[in-house]
Amino acid sequence: MKSMTRGGGATPAGPPGPGAAGHDQPRGRAQPRGRAQRSGHEPQAGHEPTSSGHEPTSSGHEPTSSGRAPQAGHEPMSSGHEPQAGHEQPRNPDQQPRPEPGPEPRPEPRRSHEPAAGSPVAEAVERARRDMLREGAVPRLAARARIGADVVCEAILRQGVDVLWGYPGGVILPLYDVFVDHPELRTILVRHEQGAAHAADGYARATGRVGVCLGTSGPGATNLVSGLATAQLDSIPVVAVTGNVPAALLGKDAFQEIDITGITLPMTKHNYLVRDANDLPRVMAEAFYIARTGRPGPVHIDITKDALQQETDAPHPTDDEVAAGLPGFRPTLDGHPRQVRLVAHEIARAKRPVILAGHGILIADATDELRALAERARIPVTWTLLGIGAIDETHPLAYGYMGMHGWKHVNRAIQAADLLIALGMRFDDRVTGNVRTYAPHARIVHVDIDPAEIGKNVAVEVPVVGDVKRVLTAVLAHLRPVADGGRDEYLAQLAEWRLESEATSWHGSGAWRGGQLSADYVVSQIGEATGHDATLVADVGQNQMWVARYGGFRRPNSHLSSGGLGTMGYALPASMGAAVGRPDKETWAICGDGGFQMTIQELATIVQDRIPVRIAILDNHKLGMIRQWQELFYGGNYHSSHLFSPDYVKLADAYGIPAWKVRTPDQVRPAIETARAVDGPALVWFEIAQEQNVFPIMPAGKGLSDLIETWGGADE
Amino acid sequence: MSPEPHAPPKPRALPGSGEARRHVLVAIVNNRTGVLNRVASLMRARSFNIETLAVSHLDDPAISRMTITIHGDDVHVEQATKHLYKLIDVLKVQDVTDEPTVQHELALLKVRATDRIRGELIAIVEMYKARIVDMSPESVIVETTGSETEVDALIALLRGYGIKEMVRTGTVVMSRGPQSIEEATKR
Repeated sequence: MKSMTRGGGATPAGPPGPGAAGHDQPRGRAQPRGRAQRSGHEPQAGHEPTSSGHEPTSSGHEPTSSGRAPQAGHEPMSSGHEPQAGHEQPRNPDQQPRPEPGPEPRPEPRRSHEPAAGSPVAEAVERARRDMLREGAVPRLAARARIGADVVCEAILRQGVDVLWGYPGGVILPLYDVFVDHPELRTILVRHEQGAAHAADGYARATGRVGVCLGTSGPGATNLVSGLATAQLDSIPVVAVTGNVPAALLGKDAFQEIDITGITLPMTKHNYLVRDANDLPRVMAEAFYIARTGRPGPVHIDITKDALQQETDAPHPTDDEVAAGLPGFRPTLDGHPRQVRLVAHEIARAKRPVILAGHGILIADATDELRALAERARIPVTWTLLGIGAIDETHPLAYGYMGMHGWKHVNRAIQAADLLIALGMRFDDRVTGNVRTYAPHARIVHVDIDPAEIGKNVAVEVPVVGDVKRVLTAVLAHLRPVADGGRDEYLAQLAEWRLESEATSWHGSGAWRGGQLSADYVVSQIGEATGHDATLVADVGQNQMWVARYGGFRRPNSHLSSGGLGTMGYALPASMGAAVGRPDKETWAICGDGGFQMTIQELATIVQDRIPVRIAILDNHKLGMIRQWQELFYGGNYHSSHLFSPDYVKLADAYGIPAWKVRTPDQVRPAIETARAVDGPALVWFEIAQEQNVFPIMPAGKGLSDLIETWGGADE
Repeated sequence: MSPEPHAPPKPRALPGSGEARRHVLVAIVNNRTGVLNRVASLMRARSFNIETLAVSHLDDPAISRMTITIHGDDVHVEQATKHLYKLIDVLKVQDVTDEPTVQHELALLKVRATDRIRGELIAIVEMYKARIVDMSPESVIVETTGSETEVDALIALLRGYGIKEMVRTGTVVMSRGPQSIEEATKR
């Protein structure tokens, strides 16, 4: 296994696996049609990822063997049976016509909780859905005066945001009451406010616009907190609106009252408590301006119920008026000319420079400038977790992912460098390890828009405060191209290191120890199957590191991950935001079984609002990263790291989401393709090796040169 | 690839690991609800103990001035000032520790004073350019202004007579010379 290099792994498109051929049960409508054409496979049973022949002990999980048709609602041909019609369009317009399925077998009696067509329950579901989308709603704004709640809706729409994620409650109801008058604003009902905050975050990351979430006072507001903290640590522009009790009741411990602005104060970029509707236009405009300007971040607005109901004709300010009203908020955008020249000078004299590309490159939309710098000065580009996508990973100068679980060759290059060019990153401890031994030979150029990041974790020689796009543009003007053949020896050395390092801990056959399914392979297959163009949303833990290492990213903002806060449960709700924000891109949530169960309630949201999220559960029945640390650093004392897993196929079926279970490498690619062919949400449950670790790992407190590469044996 | 294989590289310096000393910060802030909370919260999150804090509004009542004294290493305090700057309601921050300044505070001391020792007390108070602002058969209130060390010296002297109660405003500070942080803020 170790000798295989990345990309050398065979695609499991081979002949049908043993046991599958004997599969002769009536497949009925459960077989996803159209998949065969798309993936180029023959439509034979052997490619069925769910064929029960592979799994004699768990046939109950198999949609095909149980005769259920959980995905029937997503099949155009059977949509007439479903309460939710109207999705006849195939996902890909260029899709070939699906094969005629032959005589339609009699549908088996339903076992799921999906309401039968024509039943009162089905009507209720349809009514709820119609209400959500406000089909046929009559705007009634003309009949009444404009109130604070209208200002909130107007302000959001003025900012170019057309969707908000929320959950109603007592004091926020005045706002829900006016949504009907603002039909351009799509409101999506989540199942927990944390989901709303993460969805707004995912929307913001995928689109670059500001995400908006909404909650009521008290528990609604506190439930938003983890999501806002996630946005704060990862610099994501999110505006959170919460209701609060009427101003007269503030401070009286009223029902569902909590000092939420006191709670969000240290974990937002700014926050407001609004008691007067006449302040709302200014506050809303300021909030969006602050959230997206300079280093982005979350802004929280708490509005009392009476302010939402108060009549007002206060006008919305322009962006210039907003900026003029914020004398204490003037981010530095242009780098100081002297510092810019110094950067060019450092680059010109460096022998072994390395670029460290961070999230700032994506936020500032500076990918072109980054590539130009790398190419002109022939400097290899490495990236942080949130810097993934800053450069196409197939670019010759794209060198890899750094840090605690980064590639050995990347960390080695950083340790050997004589110049680090840090662009929009903040030298997190997961990136540097022990600072005292970090990049001991290197001078450091640090470009960041936030002056507080400069010199925070490492002392730097050339600080530049400014927007990284503008700074790089200025630096490029001072930079002479490296002559042909310049740095050849250096780059050849790096290539050699890379070749050696990429072979370790990679399982190109898809099998880990004892033939168990290897997670790195699953992730790389999702990347390949989606043409490296899908948005992959990672959760937190081992799955996150596998996605970062093996996802294969080529497009900015195609990788979403809770980096700074490490919020488990992030993937599913954030992927909803990404899918709604970028309907032109396929969206995959890649979760571990632990993180998936933390926000599992949002399955209902993706069904009710038909958000086409593909979910991949990498299920090792473990809190994998916890288990890995317990194995490596706590003497194998596995406390609380083993998880009971429900039957995720049955669970998805309960929500009406088509789902498949995968246990062997040859089932991986067909299952991914099958899920891709579904028009709507789909779930693939990958039962991966239980004890596989992510290697290399830099132990906490150690340095980048102290990586652990294997532990139990060579097969890791 | 390593340039000097035989010479082990010097360990990279850790920011914030230098020697701690007293710093005086001046912050010009919006006079709004919660601003003090924001500043205090930021200091707490970075493990600074605010030793003294004086806040009052300026000639323009919409703007307040804070004088904050904290203990910390130069880099650590510089981080704190940068973070203060990031607060939307903070308009200007200046670390005036190494600048020529006038640093004063005011203290009120209620000192035990019977007939027998009152004359002695008055002499000390006059010598220290302090004044007595209240008198009762058993005590006097002494008001004094001056630098922290001047106030400390008087307190040390009066301690022997029995200080019943004491309050200090904390240092307020202003740079010497014509330059003005307020004017710099407005520009």
